[in-house]
Amino acid sequence: MARILGGITTSHIPAVGNAIQKELYDDPYWKPFFDGYPKVHQWIQDNKPDYVINIYNDHGLGFFLDRMPTFAIGAAHEYRNEDEGWGLPALPPFPGAPELSWHIIESLVADEFDITSCQELAVDHGFVVPMQLFWPGAPNNPDMPRAVPISANTVQHPIPTLNRALNFGKALRKALLSFPEDAKIVVLGTGGLSHQLDGQRAGFINKEFDQYCLENIVHNPEELTKITRQELVKQAGAQGTEFLMWMMMRGALGDEVNEITRNYHIPISNTAAGTLLLECA
Amino acid sequence: MHDMPGYDYHIDIPGTVLFDGKQAMKGYALNKMCYDFNKAENREAFKADEEGWMARYGLNEEQKAAIRSRDILAMIDAGGNIYYLAKLAGIFKLSVQDVGGLQTGRTTEEFQQYLASQA
Repeated sequence: MARILGGITTSHIPAVGNAIQKELYDDPYWKPFFDGYPKVHQWIQDNKPDYVINIYNDHGLGFFLDRMPTFAIGAAHEYRNEDEGWGLPALPPFPGAPELSWHIIESLVADEFDITSCQELAVDHGFVVPMQLFWPGAPNNPDMPRAVPISANTVQHPIPTLNRALNFGKALRKALLSFPEDAKIVVLGTGGLSHQLDGQRAGFINKEFDQYCLENIVHNPEELTKITRQELVKQAGAQGTEFLMWMMMRGALGDEVNEITRNYHIPISNTAAGTLLLECA
Repeated sequence: MHDMPGYDYHIDIPGTVLFDGKQAMKGYALNKMCYDFNKAENREAFKADEEGWMARYGLNEEQKAAIRSRDILAMIDAGGNIYYLAKLAGIFKLSVQDVGGLQTGRTTEEFQQYLASQA
């Protein structure tokens, strides 16, 4: 049976892709951000996961408002990175794991999570930036695991509740642990932390709230389910709702985790950037 | 925000328009045009003939006026969703910080300082 090694969260700001391309690792603006990743690289090298579940939110590449799934799961052989409208060079496709995808889909629907399955899915910065951060050179990294993307809607309200996100993660855990292959799996939760791009409140960042979330998500994620969606928008900013992905990841890790590393830095682009690596106990 | 009573599911968060069903109904044409800017040929077509391209997608006058005046807040009021508008901002060569400054009455430098001040 498969094993869940742990979970890694990171912000997935588009500007990071650009900074990676230009190798700005020691640039004074970027250094405090990139310094959060060497311990993650070491952990990945030591553990070498076979599969990566990448929980992210699409920002208007894979899905439009004509059909907006609340939870979508990729079931493709590969996932193409495409132009998001800014004409940036796309990365080569990421290898998929359709057998694992369908196993997850079967298990989640049996557990009454009515997901949308996607045999074609273009993946945007929300998916690829974390891959580039964790597996340098991705997808052309010899340790690059095969991927299953899971996207949750944070584009259009109503978005899922934090409680639903955590429970989705728990159901995902059950699915992964019953996958009949002796495989090692890592779960990513990407996006966040506090930021707001739109409106007169653009530029809003909330360090205190982010720290509260970072503290509780490690050992007390249930506490965070008390936060309403409206309060999440108010406290984390309109796009800080991406914290839902962190909750989904956390649900997949089980009760006991060990924190391996954490980083938090304000600002990267318009965002409070957070990174967290939790190993399953 | 009181134009469609019965559709207010939200608390008031100053300076924030929640993109919900009400905004989604209002902004569909605008957002669809912006979504299609994922393709380079559509970006070029817009640049070549803004009015014609807006008409093709059936934008209303409020949406057209907001685009003509490059007024981000007006685009949001007209139902625009920031993730799709970001593609339009790219055509106008506006960075995320430029867009932040434009919405908050700051220069880009002032907006960047505001971000850093929250560390």
